[in-house]
Amino acid sequence: MGRIKQQQQQSQQKVFSRRLAILGGLKVAMVATLAGRLYYLQVIEGEKYRLLSDENRINHRILFPPRGLIVDRFGIPLATNSPSYRAILVAEQTPNLQATLEAFSAIVPLSERDIARAMKERQHTQDFKPITVKDDLNWDDVNAVELNLPDLPGISIEIDQKRVYPFGGITAHILGYVAVPNEKDIENDTDPLLRQPGFRVGKNGLERQYDSPLRGSAGESQLEVNSFGRVIRELARQEGQPGGDLVTTLDVGLHQFAHQRISSEMAGAAVVMDVYTGDLLALVSTPSYDPTAFYRGLTTDEWQELSNDIYGPLTNKAVAGQYAPGSTFKMMTALAGLRAGVSPDDRVYCSGVTVLGSARFHCWKREGHGSQDMALGIKNSCDCYFYEIARRAGIDKIAETARMFGLGSAEGLDLPGEKPGLIPDTTWKKAYFGDVWHPGETLVAGIGQGFITATPLQLCVMTVRIANGGYAVKPRLVRRISDGSQNDEGNPVFPGIEVPEDYLKVLRNGMDLVTNGDRGTAYRSRIDIPGMEMAGKTGTSQVRRITMAERARGVIKNENLPWNQRDNALFVAFAPVHAPRYACCVVVEHGGGGSAVAAPIARDILIECQRRDPSRRNPNAEGGRREMP
Amino acid sequence: MGIELHSVGSAPGLRMTQRIRQIPWSLVILIAMVASIGFAMLYSAAGGNADQWMNKQMVRFAAGVCIMLAIGMVDLQRLAKIAYPLYAVAFVLLVYVEFLGEIGMGAQRWIDLKFFQLQPSELMKVSLCLVLARYFHGLTYEEIGRPWVLIVPTLLVVLPAGLVLKQPDLGTAGMLLLAGAGIFFVAGVRWWKFAIVFALGIAGSVGAWNSGFLHDYQKARLVTFLDPANDALGAGYHITQSKIALGSGGVWGKGLMQGSQAQLDFLPERQTDFIFTMLGEELGLVGGLLVLTLYSLLVVYGFAIALRTRSHFGRLLAFGVTMNLFLYFFINTAMVMGLIPVVGIPLPLISYGGTAMMTVMVGFGLLMAVYIQRDFRVGRRTSGED
Repeated sequence: MGRIKQQQQQSQQKVFSRRLAILGGLKVAMVATLAGRLYYLQVIEGEKYRLLSDENRINHRILFPPRGLIVDRFGIPLATNSPSYRAILVAEQTPNLQATLEAFSAIVPLSERDIARAMKERQHTQDFKPITVKDDLNWDDVNAVELNLPDLPGISIEIDQKRVYPFGGITAHILGYVAVPNEKDIENDTDPLLRQPGFRVGKNGLERQYDSPLRGSAGESQLEVNSFGRVIRELARQEGQPGGDLVTTLDVGLHQFAHQRISSEMAGAAVVMDVYTGDLLALVSTPSYDPTAFYRGLTTDEWQELSNDIYGPLTNKAVAGQYAPGSTFKMMTALAGLRAGVSPDDRVYCSGVTVLGSARFHCWKREGHGSQDMALGIKNSCDCYFYEIARRAGIDKIAETARMFGLGSAEGLDLPGEKPGLIPDTTWKKAYFGDVWHPGETLVAGIGQGFITATPLQLCVMTVRIANGGYAVKPRLVRRISDGSQNDEGNPVFPGIEVPEDYLKVLRNGMDLVTNGDRGTAYRSRIDIPGMEMAGKTGTSQVRRITMAERARGVIKNENLPWNQRDNALFVAFAPVHAPRYACCVVVEHGGGGSAVAAPIARDILIECQRRDPSRRNPNAEGGRREMP
Repeated sequence: MGIELHSVGSAPGLRMTQRIRQIPWSLVILIAMVASIGFAMLYSAAGGNADQWMNKQMVRFAAGVCIMLAIGMVDLQRLAKIAYPLYAVAFVLLVYVEFLGEIGMGAQRWIDLKFFQLQPSELMKVSLCLVLARYFHGLTYEEIGRPWVLIVPTLLVVLPAGLVLKQPDLGTAGMLLLAGAGIFFVAGVRWWKFAIVFALGIAGSVGAWNSGFLHDYQKARLVTFLDPANDALGAGYHITQSKIALGSGGVWGKGLMQGSQAQLDFLPERQTDFIFTMLGEELGLVGGLLVLTLYSLLVVYGFAIALRTRSHFGRLLAFGVTMNLFLYFFINTAMVMGLIPVVGIPLPLISYGGTAMMTVMVGFGLLMAVYIQRDFRVGRRTSGED
């Protein structure tokens, strides 16, 4: 028994030992697998996982650079940044959210909407992330909140930057506004700033045109965060590059004056330019809009109201309003005549009507002006005289001349939305209508009606080039960008126009007579301050067709027409008459007669302009620029 | 036959002082080293706070050491005697939590004994080793060759494993099955039987997959295991973050309390199931290999005891508890390294929590008892009638 038993036990132990060895070997292999896996993850793939762990823990936060300022030629701020105070609440820091909001409301009243919005935001926000309680607090509110902070657990005040336009709507058409970028903006721009909530880009005007230099470049803060996104600490910080400041050519005092002056009318535009430098001193379009509303974001209703407004507050009429220039165009017809061989002394008899074939072309003065030379023709704005000159010069000569003076194509101003106007000629008619040019159309074009359109800016440029003795001055709005990307500090040099000075003298003489000659069409709006006298030209352009029948009955007076069928009133002028420095163009939409409505406005603007004399005052008044209100 | 009951100095013959002198202090030191690494990691996991986890864990470990030493003093003969009753108790408790736990305690699978929570499945891990060792101890190699002899031990393994799987606790069920299979194997069950069971197992798991026996989240875990990138923020999040944490540790680690993945909460369960990941992140490859080495030494220690033991019961018991320890640490580390699915098995001695700590300390106590009585025989039938 013992022997068998012993054998059994031995075989049992043998099997056990053998199999234990097998399992032991298997375990060695398994542990080796673990070690190998560890080596693979930590050494071979280590670098990859180190990067991934950094990606996990490091949150890159974009820092907004301060947007560049926009100032006028004397350094008066037109667009600035100002701190905006926001009350925020971190839910985990208050024992009772509702109670804290009520306590806050006792200090700074919250509307029910504010509270509802805050509660809603709370639902989507983690405990440690701030929710906005109230935006855009004023300084008194901030002080009151700060004082009561012990009773407002979780509340704190955060400072943001907001864009401020001290002149509001007055400069809105020039500056434009900044607003939250839309999808298209983001698509076309790789700047990470655009993808940040709360960041705003230039959407119109100079803010848009110079968005890139104004914007600056983003800074970055590297934050260590945990898996819930809570910030543990800041690891590194790199400040951004602040945006460059824009120094414009505007004299905002003059601009404001012009804006207020023309606001006596429903809608219009006024442009004031330096005839030598092309500096735009004022560029007014009325009515205007509140740029802050765009900053905030418009509601659909607000947008509808603005865009359907018949007075067109969203259009910068100074550069985008295209009007028939009417009689202000007669200088171009006269010049085309001179260039075609007409002598300024050639006389044309005005009987009140010119007959061409079977068509009759009326002078604005039914009884006629009698015998007119060029100076008188301009002074009296005699239509029949210019019908004849236009006929002699021909449309192509008129068009060529007008283009030399800046009409018919955009001036290349650094402002979005500039319109080219239209100067027709035979080629154009053929191309667009497939029709030949009719001689009658030349006569209509000769008095600035028909197909011809021009913007107030173009008419001002035309006047500038007449006044400065034939230099192709171009308008500009920006003198300098402080980041150095544009520096127009020195006065630009412009090429001359191939027109004899004598011809321009004839035009200037005619314009002198308009305002200063006895019974000139704008004599009542003359400037009688010695040394400030202006020369100008009126324009009254129809926006509707006067039928034969109406003419027979008697033309309906403007006052009896609906606003938008009344004549446009225009006036172009320069001053001082014998040493021109400033040119001005005023257009009053549907204002009636140029001499009655537009000329007095232009006169007041030019008086103010010469009093201020912005071109001769030192425009480099850098000091105290940022300290201005 | 097999009258060895009171042969050459069977246990009662060894006096308490002799037993104490026999305590394998090197084993105790190895265990204490592993536990100490655990304390350091728990200190780090709490961000340098000893009170949160480390101190409690130290108290548990101290209690565990006492239990281990106490069990180490117990007579092997007596352990063999209580094997069946203990198994019966564990099984009843398992059934109790399975059915009553379902109704009265939510999905709770433990019994609250005030000072600690008794998990029947953990008790089963120990008693299964005991009962299998006891069963095979009573069989000769020839007897084991007879198929019907295996019916009882197979049921002893499969019934509790099934109950645990139903809980559902895939990890523990797997451990019970693998530990059982290991004991079957060293006990001398024939190779071809394992082959049949393996084939049946494959078929069975395919069947289980299709029959809806596995919960959806268990299936998801398996699928996610196969392709974690597929669902990086959902179910794959744990594995992905665990691999990032381990990998970013590099050779030397980021230093205690410097592991960004663990400290910034990217790593789930850093103080329990994923503590090895945190260790790998903060102490690097060096720390990870050190821990694997210490565990391997404990396994070698256990196997060496099993080989040196004269009684079959002692051999099988020593092997069983060592196998349990190996399964614990292998499943846990392989899981956090992304080698096997996430099954919720803690790292013994290191992970925070008392349950696994108790199981392995009781296991070490049994191992110690076997070591102390390695030269003594245990009767085939403990009733002592023959």
